Amino acid sequence: MTPGPAPRDLAIVGAGPAGMAAAVEADALGLSVVLIDEQPTPGGQVFRAVEAGAGDPAGDPAGDSAGDPALAGEDRDSGARLVAGLRAAIGASARLDYRPRTALWHLDADAGLLSTVTDGAAGEVAARRVLLATGAQERPVPIPGWTLPGVLTAGAAQILLKTAGAVPEGAAAIAGQGPLCWLLAVQLLRAGAGPLTLLETSSGGALPRALRAGGLWSGRAALRKGVSLMREARARGLRVVPGVRGLRAGGDSRLRRVAWEGGTLECGTLLLHEGVIPSTHVTRALGLAHEWDAGQFCWRPRLDAWGATSHPAIAVAGDGGGIGGWEAAVAAGRLAALDAAYRLGRLDAAARDARAAPPRAALRRALALRPFLDRLYAPSPAVLAPPDDATVVCRCEEVTAGQVRAAARLGATGPNQVKAFLRAGMGPCQGRLCGTTVAALVAGARGIPVPAAGVLRPRAPYRPVTVGALAGPLPEADDPIG
Amino acid sequence: MSATDAIVVGGGLVGVAIAHGLQRQGLAVALLDEGDVAHRASRGNFGLVWVQSKGIGAPHYQRWTRDSAAEWPALAATLREATGIDPALHQPGGVTLCLSEAELAERAESLARLRRESGNAGYEYRLLDPAALREMLPGLGPRVVGGSYTPYDGHASPLHLLRALHTAFRDAGGAYHPNTTVATLRPAPHDFAVEAAGTTLRAPRLVLAAGLGNAALAPLVGLSAPLRPERGQIIVTERAAPVLPMPLVNIRQTGEGSLLIGNSAEEAGFDTLTQSPPVLRDMARRAVLCFPWIAGLNVVRAWSALRVMSPDGRPIYDQSERFPGAFLATCHSGVTLAAAHARLLAPMIAAGALTTAMSPFGAGRFDVQNAA
Amino acid sequence: MVEVLVGDRPVLVPAGASAAAAVLLSDLPAIRTTPVSGAPRLPYCMMGVCFDCLAEIDGVPNRQACMVTVAPGMRIAPQRGVRAA
Repeated sequence: MTPGPAPRDLAIVGAGPAGMAAAVEADALGLSVVLIDEQPTPGGQVFRAVEAGAGDPAGDPAGDSAGDPALAGEDRDSGARLVAGLRAAIGASARLDYRPRTALWHLDADAGLLSTVTDGAAGEVAARRVLLATGAQERPVPIPGWTLPGVLTAGAAQILLKTAGAVPEGAAAIAGQGPLCWLLAVQLLRAGAGPLTLLETSSGGALPRALRAGGLWSGRAALRKGVSLMREARARGLRVVPGVRGLRAGGDSRLRRVAWEGGTLECGTLLLHEGVIPSTHVTRALGLAHEWDAGQFCWRPRLDAWGATSHPAIAVAGDGGGIGGWEAAVAAGRLAALDAAYRLGRLDAAARDARAAPPRAALRRALALRPFLDRLYAPSPAVLAPPDDATVVCRCEEVTAGQVRAAARLGATGPNQVKAFLRAGMGPCQGRLCGTTVAALVAGARGIPVPAAGVLRPRAPYRPVTVGALAGPLPEADDPIG
Repeated sequence: MSATDAIVVGGGLVGVAIAHGLQRQGLAVALLDEGDVAHRASRGNFGLVWVQSKGIGAPHYQRWTRDSAAEWPALAATLREATGIDPALHQPGGVTLCLSEAELAERAESLARLRRESGNAGYEYRLLDPAALREMLPGLGPRVVGGSYTPYDGHASPLHLLRALHTAFRDAGGAYHPNTTVATLRPAPHDFAVEAAGTTLRAPRLVLAAGLGNAALAPLVGLSAPLRPERGQIIVTERAAPVLPMPLVNIRQTGEGSLLIGNSAEEAGFDTLTQSPPVLRDMARRAVLCFPWIAGLNVVRAWSALRVMSPDGRPIYDQSERFPGAFLATCHSGVTLAAAHARLLAPMIAAGALTTAMSPFGAGRFDVQNAA
Repeated sequence: MVEVLVGDRPVLVPAGASAAAAVLLSDLPAIRTTPVSGAPRLPYCMMGVCFDCLAEIDGVPNRQACMVTVAPGMRIAPQRGVRAA
């Protein structure tokens, strides 16, 4: 192999709030930065297509759905400012290399070598440090019928609204819990969606438990925002059904109705949401140390106060390190950039710590309401481990909860053996949507806590890459073949 | 005191195949296994039932492999009948493709030698030119200069096989102990006590089938297992409609439709966590040169697993002289040899001794004193 | 707006939207049937996680439609079971 170009100081994976903030901060500190992102424009999932409404010349005015008043709000403006800040830094600095439409498919952590794929072509970039800012995914909500066409995640509906200005036709239901359900309801109703029902799955005693967890005083601004959202949603005609249990989606080849204990609703669209969990696909594939977050019922990489992981060259910032929302992600991105400069010898400890004071304060503020929300919106046991044996848990390979329980009885002690026995986690999504459910089902069958059942170990490629892209240019006819 | 006739240490393909075979001899068997993330060669197996190229310079190994391939249909039928799980055995013969004249010449020489060493058994093979190969395999690449075919080769699903063997073992009343690392092992002739996970198991027979773990366990019962890990990587593509009618040594299509690309070998210690893009590139390159249409398929997963390698790469089957009743079985061909382990080796262990024909497989062959 | 073909239906979608959004706007009953049971599927997560939006896009099978931005004249075709090799 020929030696590649000199390694960058810092490679950042993901151009959401954490990645954007880290890139701008690291560039300002004099580091050479490569920022790779799967999307065509920066913003991440939360600020997807935020530029299109901000008068960006690259945006198509005719397709300006992001300018939809349904999406207006202070968060949107903040997102647009973040993206504009990144664009300005990219324009002003030759050290900041932004690569959109680029996915990471392998990371050699020890060598600092990132294998990427852009528009189907494989590439490589070397870096002395790597910051993973790969964000979150929605928690899987395996209910009977959730594979039917017409059932989507709430996040999917938000993306459709942001990027295509689309709302469901006819009657629709949002089912689940968490602030996004209310935000989405308001956004859909503002945009002219038809009759909308919110099926709330939060348990009755959630509010008192949540109030005991505290954090309300410093987080009261966000709480006030939540309360006003709820008020607006009801004023716009949202029907709310509280305490929903036993949710199921029905229909033959597409969704026709949603049923729950004591109720049923004819509708063509069901939007599921039980909160978000860190996307740990890459951090798990790398074998980094993780810890179980008992408050959020999910795994997250073990991080220090700067986002440093158990690998000396790898850090994590944003929701991928634990759910905190976009403001926490921005703060964590800046802290990780400061620590990168320190570890690369560009900043001494005192300077790093001094500069860290504002983002640390911002992080505290952003996380103040978190314990409250975690208590309020703790997922029910049925969401973590579906009780009905016929429920599909692995959407790709169509493996049911009952099959997983049977494999556990056969002696499968965790999701990796279940994968070997049943192919759960072997399909195109590589266990992103079934790994946590399978572990919870095994734990239930074995009578052990969920974290004791272990986790699915993902493998490269983290993103699909063709055999041809892996092979690269073929050797000449008379060259020896490896 | 439980009435256990044999303890098998190791719940991978080697251990569970032997345990299943011992049960068929009427023995009550306890099977000790590791947990969810063991260095499990069985889960990383390519899935060939492969004869071609096995046992050059070792006629006993060639014969053992041939015997296993011949016993495989009976094993598959037994498991299908007992468990309803089909190990997806197909033995249409298999092909090795050559991408240069040098590769082809080496192939021809190996097969000629295997035939010479086959004794009375005979050894059927054909060397094929590209035109003949094109008749057998769709979309062959222009860089293929020739290849070899033997009718003995085939493939199966290692994962179906593992699940079928475990299901058969449990349904026949076997005692499966997962998450169980051997803490202490107290040997006495025909009386072995294994303490593991807080319980003690006793039995007159002990079979060590713990893969690389055998290296540490064997000396405790007067045996030796000089083993090292050799890393192999495998690329698996998305499912595709059936296209390959037979397996190749480096490419096969599974019953589900995925193409598996394999046949790499590296020295990488016990690291199965990482994949190596340069190795993956070379494997992918070779696959694309064999079949250009493979280039368009998406890779869904690549993985690394450890082959259990002895110094000469062949299996070790041994019995303890100091502690009669203790046996050792270890190899890197858990699928190919599954039928031999269940149907040929297990009866010997049940009877109390390996036959003399098995003596070339003993670890004594690695002793310096015997090497002269 | 951009015009694309979903199956054989022309669909107008805002620039910057994904092929998966075009599929949902087209009212197609399913973008694929699964290789295992033949069950119909439409996009589910829209953010690259679930792979339920796999479609043949401009002749290339099994592309994640939610990760592909629409372009004028793009052909988005449904898939039945496994792809051809």
